[in-house]
Amino acid sequence: MSGHPSTYEPKTAFTRWLDSRLPIVRLGYDSFVDYPTPRNLNYWWTFGAILSLCLGVQIATGVVLAMHYTANAGLAFNSVEHIMRDVQYGWLIRYIHANGASMFFIAVYIHMFRGLYYGSYKAPREILWILGCVIYLLMMATAFMGYVLPWGQMSFHGAVVITNLFGALPIVGQAITTWLWGGFAVDNPTLNRFFSLHYLLPFMIAGVVILHIWALHVAGQNNPTGVEPKSKADTVPFTPYATIKDGFAVSVFLILFAIFVFYMPNALGHADNYIPADPLVTPAHIVPEWYFLPFYAILRAVPDKLMGVLAMFGAIACLFALPWLDTSKVRSMRYRPTAKLYFLIFVVACCILGLCGAKLPDDPVIPGLKTFTLIDSDLNSFVWLSRIAALYYFGFFLVILPILGLVEKTLPVPDSIAKPALSHPAHAPAEATASPETKG
Amino acid sequence: MLRKFSIIAAVAGLLVATAAPALAAGHPEEPKKVDWSFNGPFGKFDQAQLQRGYKVYREVCSACHAASLLSFRNLGDKNGPFYDAKYPNSNNNPYVKAIAAEYQVSSIDEETGDTVQRPATSADRFPSPFPNEYAARASNGGALPPDLSVLAKAREGGPDYIYSLLTGYHEAPAGLTIDPTKHYNPYFPGDLSSAWSGDPKHVPHGGVIGMPPPLADDRVTYDDGTKATLDQEAKDVSAFLMWAAEPKMIERKEMGFSVLIYLLLMSGLLYASYRTVWRNESH
Amino acid sequence: MAGAATQPQTVTGEDPNRRDFIHIAAIAAAAAGGAAVAWPLVMQMNPAGDTLALASVEFDLSKVAPGQQVTVKWRSKPLFVRNRTEAEIAKAVKDDNAPMKDPQKDADRVKPGKAQWLVVGGNCTHLGCVPTFGGGDYGGWFCPCHGSVYDTSGRIRKGPAPLNLVVPEYAFLSDTRIKIG
Repeated sequence: MSGHPSTYEPKTAFTRWLDSRLPIVRLGYDSFVDYPTPRNLNYWWTFGAILSLCLGVQIATGVVLAMHYTANAGLAFNSVEHIMRDVQYGWLIRYIHANGASMFFIAVYIHMFRGLYYGSYKAPREILWILGCVIYLLMMATAFMGYVLPWGQMSFHGAVVITNLFGALPIVGQAITTWLWGGFAVDNPTLNRFFSLHYLLPFMIAGVVILHIWALHVAGQNNPTGVEPKSKADTVPFTPYATIKDGFAVSVFLILFAIFVFYMPNALGHADNYIPADPLVTPAHIVPEWYFLPFYAILRAVPDKLMGVLAMFGAIACLFALPWLDTSKVRSMRYRPTAKLYFLIFVVACCILGLCGAKLPDDPVIPGLKTFTLIDSDLNSFVWLSRIAALYYFGFFLVILPILGLVEKTLPVPDSIAKPALSHPAHAPAEATASPETKG
Repeated sequence: MLRKFSIIAAVAGLLVATAAPALAAGHPEEPKKVDWSFNGPFGKFDQAQLQRGYKVYREVCSACHAASLLSFRNLGDKNGPFYDAKYPNSNNNPYVKAIAAEYQVSSIDEETGDTVQRPATSADRFPSPFPNEYAARASNGGALPPDLSVLAKAREGGPDYIYSLLTGYHEAPAGLTIDPTKHYNPYFPGDLSSAWSGDPKHVPHGGVIGMPPPLADDRVTYDDGTKATLDQEAKDVSAFLMWAAEPKMIERKEMGFSVLIYLLLMSGLLYASYRTVWRNESH
Repeated sequence: MAGAATQPQTVTGEDPNRRDFIHIAAIAAAAAGGAAVAWPLVMQMNPAGDTLALASVEFDLSKVAPGQQVTVKWRSKPLFVRNRTEAEIAKAVKDDNAPMKDPQKDADRVKPGKAQWLVVGGNCTHLGCVPTFGGGDYGGWFCPCHGSVYDTSGRIRKGPAPLNLVVPEYAFLSDTRIKIG
């Protein structure tokens, strides 16, 4: 699946025999050992490896949890507590799985912002980017259904709210929600199918990840300059250069992961989810998990139900269309000073949307300050803040990126990767210009 | 590189901060911060406190509240109130057996099929005070006493909240009309706007709770001679409920310490290895 | 190219052994970490705390009339508690020296002075089916799955099963009460 000529040479009789029948060692060697990697990748490029780890951790712990979990509305809550109390190391495995979801999303958001900043979605990497968006959608679906499984108050009412989103669709809405529920409300059939799908989707993610890596290896990795590698001087072999860097980054990421699992395992969850689901009482403040908050804020920013749902899905649709929305000829924003500024505002806008999603819409942003009522709420309220941020979110994709690419003044782009790398002050030019061959 | 990871940490921190749910107008009082023995990365449960807390639970709380996820054997588990290193299998712990035998649980006679009462064994769950939710509501003026098994994790503020609530009862402020069978508590979540006849900008914090003040000075007599003040009882039972909700907390923190030491060493080694690999490559 | 690049030779004169040591140490540490992670993922399949709590049961023998047996569920498996008649005991003792696959005296399979009480696991030692009492040529149990025959002491006498029915660990708490496990 790599797009470069294979250099694998089987050394033993057995590997030669195997290679002529199933060249799997060759595939691994070409993809993860000899694969030419741009030499200037920074730490933002290690999140691909971190995400692979996250997926592996979630699948491994999830398969194990499914051995003890019972997908039944009457038993689910207690079976989770059984895991926490009685199953050997059950508490550890469950906390890794629950916090692993958050770690997965932290990593995927950094990975996505990195792709956005360095133009990793531009030709010839459009399919690579879209496959990434598909993975992200599947992740959201998986995470949502996984959160329903403990069958606590937040699980239940979260499921009610999200499934009711589909009720906004005209004509078919009600039929779709009833079909999703398998009844007239979120109930045992809903829990059962969510469990089934929650088990299925990660393997679909793994499948799309393979396509994602395949597409990556066909187009080759992008790099901070956005200039394609031109010669061997621009690249290093994936192993050991990229593997060891990825390994180090994974290890540092695991420190963050471990701090959450062992010292604040419930910090990213909600206390209400330790109350068994009760269809008759909704928690006072129903908020989704943090990774959905920006979309939740966009949903609430629009006062109309259908339009709100469309805006929320539109926010994700923008990501799919991104390769054709950005008109710039320059790939990396390193050489697009104006775009860089808009990008930073975009990151801030996403964080603000996340903040708005966690707050009550009518609460004041600046406490105690009363301005004037615009349409439905005071201007100093989170709903208005989320409207401004949502407007910027869509404006960034639909207005700024298409127009800016045509009018902006960009900085000169280097001829090759090696060139800016050579000017790195830490390396003497004589040593750096030497190609790997002449060094040995 | 450090700078970049500090940015990641900052972003993560911001996300954690934003994930905290919003509070409505007329929100409850912030719980009082208690310096628990189990706070911090090296905190441990105070076994004497857990034993006192169990006594308060047993003699006061369990009259109305179930703790149906707990089994008697849990009391003798590692880091539990009656753990004894001599009995690594808590089912054999004589103290646990004696506590269990004080309770009667219903069982089926295998010959006659009748429901009979038998003394509980260490494998049995804590019996619930009411046979079902309706009976519990009927006996408590329509309010349902929540199950205490995971209560300390099911409330914002955890043991701080439970302690504050138990010690926070006081006379309803003048201007607040409440049902005489209910009780004002500034730490209990609720919205008192509709019951408040005073300045609408200064609605009192808190809410109206069905549970009458459960604890008072000398409500129980501690076996270890500790003076049973209201404050002491509230602290002890809150600590007990934290243990009940998260019995593996100490095991978790201890394991976390080893894991972090390992990961720091591992990161150091990988960084050294990384520098060695890349030392002759410009990047 | 790959061979040369994957093993970059130092030109700075640093000791290559020390350099290799770092890589080996890092790989070893990662392998140790991986093994440590596997441990809880494997151990979680062992019996959970609530299962272990039920690992011992007490049983009231006064419910079993002479010549009868009661099947008790112990660790989710059947356990035969049989109140043997004098004739059954005599038959078992008489065969003590008969040729057997798994020779054992009847006296070694019961508690001293309690010869009428035979407590054996109710699973055939061949492949785990539950034998029925009264079948076969030896007055004991007969396994319907593959035809193993046990005598009145639960010893294997005929058929594919290799061992006698298992006598579990148990103790008399009083004359009429036993604790199994």
